[in-house]
Formats: sequence, structure tokens, C-alpha cells
Amino acid sequence: MKIVVCVKRVPDTEARIRIAGDGRSADPAGVKFITNPYDEFAVEAALRLREAAGEGEVVALTVGGPEAAETLRAVLAMGADRAVLLRAEGAPEGNAVAEAIAAELREQSFDVALFGMKAIDDDLQAVGAMVGERLQLPTATSVTEFRVEGSRVTADREVEGGIEVVELQTPCVLTITKGPYEPRYASLKGIMAAKKKPLEEKEAATGEARSRVESLSYPPERQSGRIVGQGPDAVPELVRLLREEAKVI
Amino acid sequence: MPRILAFAEAREGTIRPVAREAVAAARALAAAGDEVEAVVLGGAGVGGEAAGLGSVGASRVHVGESDALKAYSPEAYTTVLAGLVRSGDYRAVVFPGSAMGKDLAPRLAARLGAGYASDCTGLELEGEEVVATRPRYAGKVFARERITGSPAVVTVRGNAFAVEEGSGSAEVVPLDLSLREADFGAIVCEVRSGAAAKLDVAEAPIVVSGGRGLRDPANFKLLEELAEVLGNAAVGASRAVVDAGWRPHSDQVGQTGKTVAPQLYFAIGISGAIQHLAGMRTAKYIVAINKDPDAPIFKVADYGIVGDLFEIVPRLTEEIRRLRSS
Repeated sequence: MKIVVCVKRVPDTEARIRIAGDGRSADPAGVKFITNPYDEFAVEAALRLREAAGEGEVVALTVGGPEAAETLRAVLAMGADRAVLLRAEGAPEGNAVAEAIAAELREQSFDVALFGMKAIDDDLQAVGAMVGERLQLPTATSVTEFRVEGSRVTADREVEGGIEVVELQTPCVLTITKGPYEPRYASLKGIMAAKKKPLEEKEAATGEARSRVESLSYPPERQSGRIVGQGPDAVPELVRLLREEAKVI
Repeated sequence: MPRILAFAEAREGTIRPVAREAVAAARALAAAGDEVEAVVLGGAGVGGEAAGLGSVGASRVHVGESDALKAYSPEAYTTVLAGLVRSGDYRAVVFPGSAMGKDLAPRLAARLGAGYASDCTGLELEGEEVVATRPRYAGKVFARERITGSPAVVTVRGNAFAVEEGSGSAEVVPLDLSLREADFGAIVCEVRSGAAAKLDVAEAPIVVSGGRGLRDPANFKLLEELAEVLGNAAVGASRAVVDAGWRPHSDQVGQTGKTVAPQLYFAIGISGAIQHLAGMRTAKYIVAINKDPDAPIFKVADYGIVGDLFEIVPRLTEEIRRLRSS
């Protein structure tokens, strides 16, 4: 069983995002970076799959600058066997990242490629599906949980108001959202071992970008509203305001 | 004449309300002289309501009805859509920002070699190119993104584009379907619905969200009752209560959950962590109920009540019930 898991280094969810001097990127100064939370679910799913199979390999893959090696080391510390950093300048857009990952995956045989459902920085929620399409592989996105029996994969997809159960065959691509794959902590032993695990670096074969950020802006400041009152006695006034002023009920 | 195509999502044989939002977004993007069309895919009979999309601005609806398309398959749907888009002069394809839209749209973009932007809250044409406005970092900042080349593929955020009901009926055109077995990769074999296929927080016009102030998962019953009397309302949750296992992740609003833009958002027992504020601050109106007058949520709320939610929420439910029955 060979599993590839694609990860991304992103600003911590607590981080305040400041627009950089160029007006079109986020200023990384003073920001703590983490492994994209959805990717951690994918890593956990990959490790459990290898453990259940009793053999196999988990390969962590990322596209990014030299600092992204830190994210790969974190995934190796969780238990991945080796890692590949596809080096790219700046922050390539989703299409280009998908092309780089697909180009690398064409060189590797694998059974399952896992992604986080989305990255919490660009919120694109597209790279997994784009890689699936480029490799012409069956793909299921927003998967909470999946099972592998031989070459048959059954995945539960989160959709509005319920779950869609999807059937597909390996090799396949899955993007993982929050479900039972609560990510494990890296043990001290894992962290020490990660330093000795192979981490290969090569140039990313990104294709042509098909979109570009022209500018970033902050959302409009909301007018600080009014405190209608204290306690349940304020309820009739709130209801009146919602009905007569806001006209939303 | 350039055309813009809206994906009219159908599930279980019925066109979903988000389909009308996709048509509305396509209309908002259209230049004078552009034609707005829609496409519906599904099993036999799915096109039954297709002509009705004319009332929100589609001039033509392509209908692909087939037993083979009854169960959703991203690969087969992509093949049909790509065939349609290649057959005409389409400058954009607009999908709802739903689970199906976000599954299908990037796949279609990759198939067509087209640029892609998701969860757009604004769309405009500059020259021949589409410029999308969309949240990043769950809405901590907004980006203007230019999609180079044509067509552009986009998904639109729920409730971000107003649907204007008019009159009019669309011309219904059957799609020529020629699918091979190889077109079917992943296929939906079963749908397990939650409690009565509840409304999703990303689509509901009203969201009633609860946080740690609820103290116990059983107390979400208070919010469910409020949502029920409001009608058209979904119950949402903060990350803290989802992490505690009180509510499913599908209900979570914020940076590791969903970004929402309802007409009305209730934040009940939610202090207002930065990740949560990012995800809900584009709501039209925000009501906060919290016992801490210094909670950050009051800084973004239009209306606030300071006090014990266990006294305030039942009173609110009762008051709205009275209003509804009068």
C-alpha cells in the first residue's frame, strides 16, 4: 500500500492577516505558520491506512519555498516515511500547484493520494479535484471517512444535509475533511526519527498560472452595533428592531 | 454572441434553490448582449422544472436526462459539461458554492485548462476577462482575482447574489449525451441524510449559532427551537463546541469550517474568536446574545443583548412564535 499525502504550510488560524506592501499578498512577518489543519486529517488517515495494511509507505508531498521543509518534517515526525518538496517561488495559484503535483505523481505509482479538503489560506478547495482530473483518476472530495478493501474504496462525502457514499477504485484521489481522523501528536521519538528520514527537494514543474491576485483588501469595518438591553426584558425591542428596522424576520 | 453558463444543480430529481443563485450570479456577470444559459443534469424527469429558470434570467436551459446521470459522478458530469462548453462561445461557467459545485467546478476547470476561482462574492467583466472578488483566510481579507483566458470557471458563495424573480420562461434544449463506461470513476451509491435533510449553514438565509456558552450539548435544543420558529434557519456552531464533539463539523462556522453570508446571524453564547468572526462577518445583520458585555462579538453585532442566554433565548423563541401566529 503506497499512500501519498499532500500538505501545505499556512498561517495559524489565530493569526491576524496583514496585507503586505505590494497590496496583493499577506505579510508573513510575525505570523506563526502551521500545517494546514485539513491536511493533518489527511496525514492521520494515511498513517492509519498504512497501519491497517500492516505494510506500505506514506510519502508526504508539498509545493513551496524552502521554509515548507519544516512542514514536511512535522509530517515525518507524525510518522510519514519520506517526503518530497517541490520547490516553487512565491505562492503559485491552484492550477499551477495542481499541475506540479500531478507531474510528480505521474512519476510515482501509488494506491491512494490524499489531500486536505481545502487550505485555510487561499480557501480555494480545488487542488485535489484538479490533480484527480489531470491524472484521470476517480476522485472524492470532502471525505469524512473511507474504507479500502482490495482495490475498492468506499468514501463518505459530506454534503448539504447528509452524507453521500461514493464508490471508487484505486488508484484514486480523496480530499479529507474533519471526521474521525483526529491527528496524532508527534512523539519525541518521532521528532528525532524525522531528522533522519529522507526529504528530497526538486524544482516544481508548475505550468502556466491561469489567475492572479490583483489586490487584497480588508472587509469593511462593521459599525459597532447597539446593545438593545440587558436580559430577557430586552427581547421585545430586539424583535421589533429585526422586524421594522432590519426587516429580516 | 458570448454566453455564460450556470450550473443548475439538481439532487434526487429536483433543481435545488442554489441553482437560481448561480443563474443570478451569471446574470450579474453578463455584459449587455451576453446570453445567460443554464444546464441541468440528472435522471429522467430532472428537466421538468427547467423552463422555470427563465423567471430568474436564463434564456435557455440545456437538459441532460439519463439513467446514467441519475447518480452523481464527477467524471461523467465533467465530460458532459466540457462537451457543452466546448460547443459554444462561453466566457464563464458559474457553479453554486455547494458540495457538488466545489467537487465539479475545479475538475471542469482542469479539463478545460481554464482558470478557476471559488466562493466568489462578486463577479465582473473587465474587457473579456472575469475578475472575481472572493474571501481568503475565511474572510480575514478579500481578494480581487483576475482569471486569464476564457472561459472562466467559478463557484459563488451562498446568499452572496440576490435572486430577482421575474417572469419569463426558458427555452429547454435536450443535451446530446454520449457517455462511455470509462467516463464513470467515482459514483454515488447511497445517500444518507441527516435529520430530515436539514438546511445547510452555508445556504440558509438565517443561521442560529451556538458556542461554549451553551454549557452542554443538550442545550442546543434551545437553538433548534428558535431556528424552527424562524423558518429557513440552520443551526451553526463555533469551533470550540465542534472540537468538544457537541455538534458535527458540517455545522461549524469559521476558518476551519464554513464561511457564511446569511441575511441574519445569531451568535449565542459565542465570544467571537478571530476565526469565527472571519467566517460570519459578511452576514447582513448580526445579533449577539452573551453574558459578557466585553465579548468581541459585540463589536461586530448590529444588535446585542447582554445577559443569560438560558432566559433570553426561550423568550425570543416565544416572542417570534407569537409574531408568526398573529
